[in-house]
Amino acid sequence: MKISYNWIKEYLDLDVSAVDLAEKIERTSVEVDSVVKPSDGLKKIVVGHVLSVKAHPDSDHLHICEIDVGDDEPSQIVCGAPNIAEGQNVIVALPGSRIADNVKIKRSKMRGVESDGMVCALQEIGFPEEVVPKAYVDGIYVLPADAQPGSPVFDILGMNDSLIDLDVTPNRGDMLSLNGTLRDLAAIYDRPVTLDTPHVTEAGEAIDSQLSLHVDDSLSPQYRMRLVRDIKLAPSPMWLQVHLWNAGLRPINNVVDITNYIMLKYGQPLHAFDYDKFSGQDVYVRTAKAGETLTTLDENDHELDPTDIVIADSQAPIALAGVMGGLSTAISDQTVTVAIEAAVFEHDHIRKAAQRHHLHTDASQRFERGVNQAGVQDALDAAAQMLNDLAAGTVQTGTAVGSNHQPEAAVIPLTLTHVNAVLGTDLTMDQVSHILETLGFTVKVAGDDLTVTVPIRRNDIHIPADLLEEIARIYGYDNLPVTLPTGRMTQGRLTPAQRLMRATRKSLEGLGLNQAISYALTTEDKAQMFLTHPDSQLTKLAWPMSVDHAVLRMNMVTGLLDDIAYNTARKVKDVALYEQGRVFYRQEGQDRPAEEEHIAGAITGQLVPAAWNQPAQDVDFYQLKGIVAAYLQDMAVKGDVTYEPNTEMPEMHPGRTADILIHGHKIGFMGQVHPTIAKRFKIGATYVFDLNLQAIIDMPKQENQYDVISRYPAITRDIAMLVADDVTNEQVVALIERRGGAYLQSVKLFDVYDGVKVPKGKKSLAYTLTYQDKHATLVDDAVTQAFEKVTKRLQDELDAEIR
Amino acid sequence: MSLKDRLTELRQKGLTDIQQSGDLKDVNQIRVSLLGKKGPITEVLRGMRDLDASERPKVGAFANEVRDDLTNALTKRREELENAVLNARLAKEALDVTLPGTPVAKGEPHVIQQIIDQIEDLFLGMGYQVLSGPEVEEDKYNFEMMNLPKNHPARDMQDTFYITKEILMRTQTSPMQARTLEKHDFSQGPLKMISPGVVYRRDTDDPTHSHQFHQVEGLVIDKHITMADLKGTLQVLAHELFGDKFDVRLRPSYFPFTEPSVEADITCFNCGGKGCNVCKNTGWIEVLGAGMVHPNVLKMAGVDPDVYGGFAFGVGPDRFAMLKYGVDDIRNFYLNDVRFLTQFTKKG
Repeated sequence: MKISYNWIKEYLDLDVSAVDLAEKIERTSVEVDSVVKPSDGLKKIVVGHVLSVKAHPDSDHLHICEIDVGDDEPSQIVCGAPNIAEGQNVIVALPGSRIADNVKIKRSKMRGVESDGMVCALQEIGFPEEVVPKAYVDGIYVLPADAQPGSPVFDILGMNDSLIDLDVTPNRGDMLSLNGTLRDLAAIYDRPVTLDTPHVTEAGEAIDSQLSLHVDDSLSPQYRMRLVRDIKLAPSPMWLQVHLWNAGLRPINNVVDITNYIMLKYGQPLHAFDYDKFSGQDVYVRTAKAGETLTTLDENDHELDPTDIVIADSQAPIALAGVMGGLSTAISDQTVTVAIEAAVFEHDHIRKAAQRHHLHTDASQRFERGVNQAGVQDALDAAAQMLNDLAAGTVQTGTAVGSNHQPEAAVIPLTLTHVNAVLGTDLTMDQVSHILETLGFTVKVAGDDLTVTVPIRRNDIHIPADLLEEIARIYGYDNLPVTLPTGRMTQGRLTPAQRLMRATRKSLEGLGLNQAISYALTTEDKAQMFLTHPDSQLTKLAWPMSVDHAVLRMNMVTGLLDDIAYNTARKVKDVALYEQGRVFYRQEGQDRPAEEEHIAGAITGQLVPAAWNQPAQDVDFYQLKGIVAAYLQDMAVKGDVTYEPNTEMPEMHPGRTADILIHGHKIGFMGQVHPTIAKRFKIGATYVFDLNLQAIIDMPKQENQYDVISRYPAITRDIAMLVADDVTNEQVVALIERRGGAYLQSVKLFDVYDGVKVPKGKKSLAYTLTYQDKHATLVDDAVTQAFEKVTKRLQDELDAEIR
Repeated sequence: MSLKDRLTELRQKGLTDIQQSGDLKDVNQIRVSLLGKKGPITEVLRGMRDLDASERPKVGAFANEVRDDLTNALTKRREELENAVLNARLAKEALDVTLPGTPVAKGEPHVIQQIIDQIEDLFLGMGYQVLSGPEVEEDKYNFEMMNLPKNHPARDMQDTFYITKEILMRTQTSPMQARTLEKHDFSQGPLKMISPGVVYRRDTDDPTHSHQFHQVEGLVIDKHITMADLKGTLQVLAHELFGDKFDVRLRPSYFPFTEPSVEADITCFNCGGKGCNVCKNTGWIEVLGAGMVHPNVLKMAGVDPDVYGGFAFGVGPDRFAMLKYGVDDIRNFYLNDVRFLTQFTKKG
């Protein structure tokens, strides 16, 4: 809500600038979005009196005007506005002036005719189009007749005021009005404030003979109407229009403007009906009936919901209660009798209706947060009296009351000890009770106890904690001491799982992968790729924002492929990423998926960049396997890590994919992304892994241990052999390890060859075997014996041909 | 010529030859020819048999002296020549030290992870536990137990991705408050925890909005926790993340799960508080929301609000990273452009 600095100063004696006032509000009440003085940045814009208007000889729409701008000689200004006419006072931007958007106006020629400036529309001097009175939206604005030619227009149009835009939190509905803001400021600055008390002059007949209200008080705890006859509909006086447009509301006519003005001042939304368009004298407040429709003031049709509250006459709904009035009973040029409604509606209904019908209005905003239930009659009286003063209306005698439930004021017990214990302060009873009293609360003190009665308008205060906030903010958060919690000590430490996750990240970063954080919400298609839990069901959002982020991921790989695609599209070819995060597996029949921690990686291009002394090496299966193996070594899970070919995953290269097992349990997979999938993502050859991190966390770990480094030398033997193509390295190593004898320490593959020198269907493998006796010098003979034994086994069992 | 004169002459000539020798081969030759078994010194010593018994020791001593001198001279010359050879080789091996080093594979932690780790380490040091909760939450924990019953207007502030009526993507890490409060045994000590994690809002992605971002929730519940403690804790956090020169100020705000509720601003890092574009001339930048835990939240979790109380805060690592490094588009964090990821390399 935009509130006027000048309006505040009419009631409160403040010697602070608008900017300082806004700062104070922000630090003590509610956030301030902006402080704007509309005339800032504008200059040399004055009142001009149009002396004559002639058609431009070379144009079908331009006019040549003689305009008195307060100088000795009138100015000649060319103007294209259709509504310019002799005798008007208009807004003139003189040569050298600055109008909205920092545009400079110069003396110029328009189709050969000199123009000494420009006649302006309100939009051209910075008014948002939605506040410009309808009559002037498509043309220039006409100023009041008493405006003095040559004088600046800013004061006339209220543009020298400063507008403080409050971002009112949902709890502070009371701040959506001048009066509520004044009460808070009175407490903040510790100054007295006197608000206007309305007096209404009644005449005419008793209202009861003209109107009867039938109200469901569970929907509307308070419902009142006044009737004002013999209205003279007209534009509002300038001061009233200024109030409205400075608050962001468009002036319409005196009746509607008065209701809006009262809303700004009292925070009570009002609605004005054209009484003569009612069908009969009975007005109902009820829920909508099935099939009922309503055309609202904005000329939109609504099918009403049975939970919508409507105002209805004996025939049909005439307003969507608390949200917007209906078109059929709208104030029009013919209106002479006005029924003004002031009410309280149940906020839940209003909130839902506003959402359902996409009608978030100034009224609904206030009803949702709750209006001042003790001020309904005041607002109604003030409006009626203004209709009398400004529209010559006759206020009929009395108020029609359909329901009248006054809430009870909250009475809250509090102790000074509690105040200081929670705030960490040393406030005295005088300080505390003074703060509460300046806010308009009634305080009874007995020893350490306070009994606080909260005014009805503060519907956000119910419990002692609410009072603590009032005390703290008025006392000033800056004045609170700065301490740290004391009390019993606690130990802060990461859990083993958290430590492992940190170690995972460090390990993979050390191995050259950058940490990525991708979107967990993805497409249906991507969510179901690279599945390791094939029976898992999709978890879909009920109302996604886009198909790209509509379901929860069931794999970590596609997110990384999206990242690689993003990089590839930007000509970044070398990408090495890992991501630690959750995948979401849902079982048939369950609403909620299980969340499983995963660790995944993807590399494409080159892992180590080529350089002047290092040739380019494209990533391959074994490079990624080296990373996965080193990472798993870092995690020290007990048991052997094995890799088994997996030819079945549809998204993976059937010959270059391995399941990864620890101690026989599958924990994930690695390999090359299937070329057709890579093509679909528009990426090059990419290698990926995806591991169940939760499984790694849960598996038993091998603790670090010290192994004495033997003083006795080791002996090595190399062996090269030809074996059939389908014999795997794993088979060979397993056999050597099994049959290598007591002194075999390690088996290391150092060459694989299947080139031209090897017969078809065969490959050559070469290993270094290392032997060592940790407790004595190993005799050469012993090694030779063991080596020969292994050699024979290889020949017998794997049909190896030793070279 | 006496033996002594002969020795003197040998020494003179030997030393001159050694000095003039050009390479190690020469040096070796000289050594063999002078000191070898067939060399002149051996020969001279052999001639000692003809000397007086009284002369022999003197000449013998002198002969030894000559031999030592020549040996030393040979050693020295050999070292000189060896050094020269080595130096020549090293000179040839000289490199252009300005050529770049051989690239190594090196990965970086994500900038948001860095901030989360930094926050975790700070609070671990102050005795907090780190807890993580489900990203797919129940409405009950995400909203209801946070004092946001169904139809609460503040639910609009957090537009939510629902999966079913009761299941949703958590909009905040606050549900961990309720989950932890329910379980905590206060007889074992106060509850001090932070909970970092991913959260989701029904937003259209643009430079300042992301449907996925991060939050770190903090919660301290004990018998005597004050709002001043909250202020002090937030100040420690600001100092840790931004530097000791930064001040914290609190402003009133509204969250259904805290009362009083505050928003915390820190001194604008760009202008140091003088006022600039970044802070819209206020000198302050909003960084987090906090407050004293609402009694209803405690009550709903089975904790007696008349005995226990405390504070909670929620910080946004994404926002912190944007502020700290001037990142102008939040989507950078989730698109994983390598050129972005590798900018935040400073360790420690």
